[in-house]
Amino acid sequence: MSDRDTIIRVEEVSKRYGKVTAVDRVTLEIPRGEFFALLGPSGCGKTTLLRMLAGFEMPSEGKIFIDGVDMSTIPPNKRPVNMVFQSYAVFPHMTVFENVAYGLKFDNVAKADQYGRVMAALADVKLDHLAERKPDQMSGGQRQRVALARALVKKPKVLLLDEPLSALDAKLREAMRFELAELQDKVGITFVMVTHDQDEALAMAGRCAVMDRGKLMQTATPSNLYEFPANKFVADFIGSVNLFEGTLEVDEPDHAIVQSEELGGRIFFDHGVSGAGGEKMWVGIRPEKIELLKREEGAAPPTPEDAPSGCNVTAGTVRQISYLGSESIYEIDLVNGRRMQVSRPNLSRWDQEDFTWDDEVWLRWHGDSPVLLQS
Amino acid sequence: MQDWREDKTFFRATIALPVIWFMIFFVVPMAMVWAYSVGENVGPVEVAITGTFSNYAKAFSPEVLKVMGDSVVLAMVTTLICLVVAFPVALAMTFADEKQKTWLLLLIMLPFWTNLLIRTYALIAVMRTSGVINSGLEGLHGLLALTGMQMGTFEPLPLLYNKFAVVVGLVYVHLPFMVLPLYAALDRLDKSLIEASLDLGAGHLETIRRIIVPLAAPGIAAGLVITFIPALGAYLTPDLLGGPDDLMIASLIERQFKRANDWPFGAALSFILMYITLIFFAIRAFMERKGGKVGAH
Repeated sequence: MSDRDTIIRVEEVSKRYGKVTAVDRVTLEIPRGEFFALLGPSGCGKTTLLRMLAGFEMPSEGKIFIDGVDMSTIPPNKRPVNMVFQSYAVFPHMTVFENVAYGLKFDNVAKADQYGRVMAALADVKLDHLAERKPDQMSGGQRQRVALARALVKKPKVLLLDEPLSALDAKLREAMRFELAELQDKVGITFVMVTHDQDEALAMAGRCAVMDRGKLMQTATPSNLYEFPANKFVADFIGSVNLFEGTLEVDEPDHAIVQSEELGGRIFFDHGVSGAGGEKMWVGIRPEKIELLKREEGAAPPTPEDAPSGCNVTAGTVRQISYLGSESIYEIDLVNGRRMQVSRPNLSRWDQEDFTWDDEVWLRWHGDSPVLLQS
Repeated sequence: MQDWREDKTFFRATIALPVIWFMIFFVVPMAMVWAYSVGENVGPVEVAITGTFSNYAKAFSPEVLKVMGDSVVLAMVTTLICLVVAFPVALAMTFADEKQKTWLLLLIMLPFWTNLLIRTYALIAVMRTSGVINSGLEGLHGLLALTGMQMGTFEPLPLLYNKFAVVVGLVYVHLPFMVLPLYAALDRLDKSLIEASLDLGAGHLETIRRIIVPLAAPGIAAGLVITFIPALGAYLTPDLLGGPDDLMIASLIERQFKRANDWPFGAALSFILMYITLIFFAIRAFMERKGGKVGAH
């Protein structure tokens, strides 16, 4: 990626507070115009990283470049970025208009142009009819729009959003997801959002960086994070996954087999994996990629569709069913005691009764479903 | 469980003692002083309540008006210096971590728990002609003279027994009255508002002027009133640190009750001091109403 297209470059950045390392040698590039999400559990360092982009924290080591300029000595008020705070931080003693106009005072924008720009920013967030309101007469969602307009009116190179949806109620949060993504598309500014909510990140962002305990785990598109997680943490954090420990038994360019005591069987991959034979590894299988079949007492196991016999199939008993409307989650106890999760879409209005508690079942999956994880 | 607001017996039982206390030790004495203020001396120890306003009229003599004017000016200067000194202190305290906050608050409170007389005499020891400051300056003077500079003879600074000393003493004594309400107001302030202001391009001074001061206005107003009122009625500090010309109202009142043995005039002066106080309370209440709900949520 050439420097011209990169708006933010984070180079080997660490942040330490005494003995605690909040951000640990993170390297990251964000292309211009992208909707980027920093995703991770609380305390993973994502907010610290965002605050370093804004200039409220300085890296202990490493450098941050915004649009090619080293930010090491640049204070927050001189950076070409603006932030939407988690608490919105709308100035309570100013009207909506004054809030949005506040930042323009420091940009040498002529008084005559200020009005037009403020009203245009308010129109972008559909608040132009409330310009004279005071923040205490507004709902949380409206205050957030003020915070958005106040940041966007400055035409920053990057808009930083700190948990933008966390304080909204569920319905509004859904609506704001689409609206934020649309707004980003419209204004064309690079958005960097911090969130602990994986659904939020996957739904809105073009790319996400997953962080854990200060370290960057993986940077990828939402679908790649889900389908090709780089490690156990990402596989487990994004969505649900069944994880099994095993040893790599066959390692060929076009297929591989992992023997897993935990599963009580062998897992076949219809593609090559990178690893050395005999190594201890983890295999993840997503619940929706497993097929449930009825199991008769004494009957032979069903043959796997595209795997050698004896692979990618295991026996269990239905223990729990969570009916979620669009799908049902089945908790299955394997013969060796391990529990496994399988989800089935409720395709027909009648087939929910197909499997019930204590049913004996087979679990079967394709050779392209499992993912091999080395750490 | 019963609703205590509904239960009148409980309400009366809890309020009875404070009401009695308040009546005996506040309302009754105040009524007596007020009665004295409209009375006349008829003997060395007897006062007749005649309903005269001559004591109040006497307060409008040039000498008394000068003392009152001086008192108001001294108290105002004290209050403003306190504000200027306390604001950065209070602001810095809000940015300290929790452990430091406790210690800083303790340091602010510490002089409060020390006897006023001891503190005032300590201040005299620091400021008198042969005190810490002047001997320090004398030493410095001597050192500079040793380096061959033309210094002349050392003249100790006249730090004590003037209005300067009174203001220094009043500021010293009343600083906690200013720091605490300011700290309370600033500490409540959402720190992300300050960050938002910086983020939007404002410098630190702009942020203080446009965001912090307006939002801390109720705390600043409270600090001004809480500092001004005791400073106006201060007795010991001006009495010990001031010169003969630096009388404040409280000293004048004390003289009437003691040396002059003119209780009716002393009582009238006491009530005038109270009226001035009430006027400032009224101004604050008026300003608060005019300011609307600024800073409130």
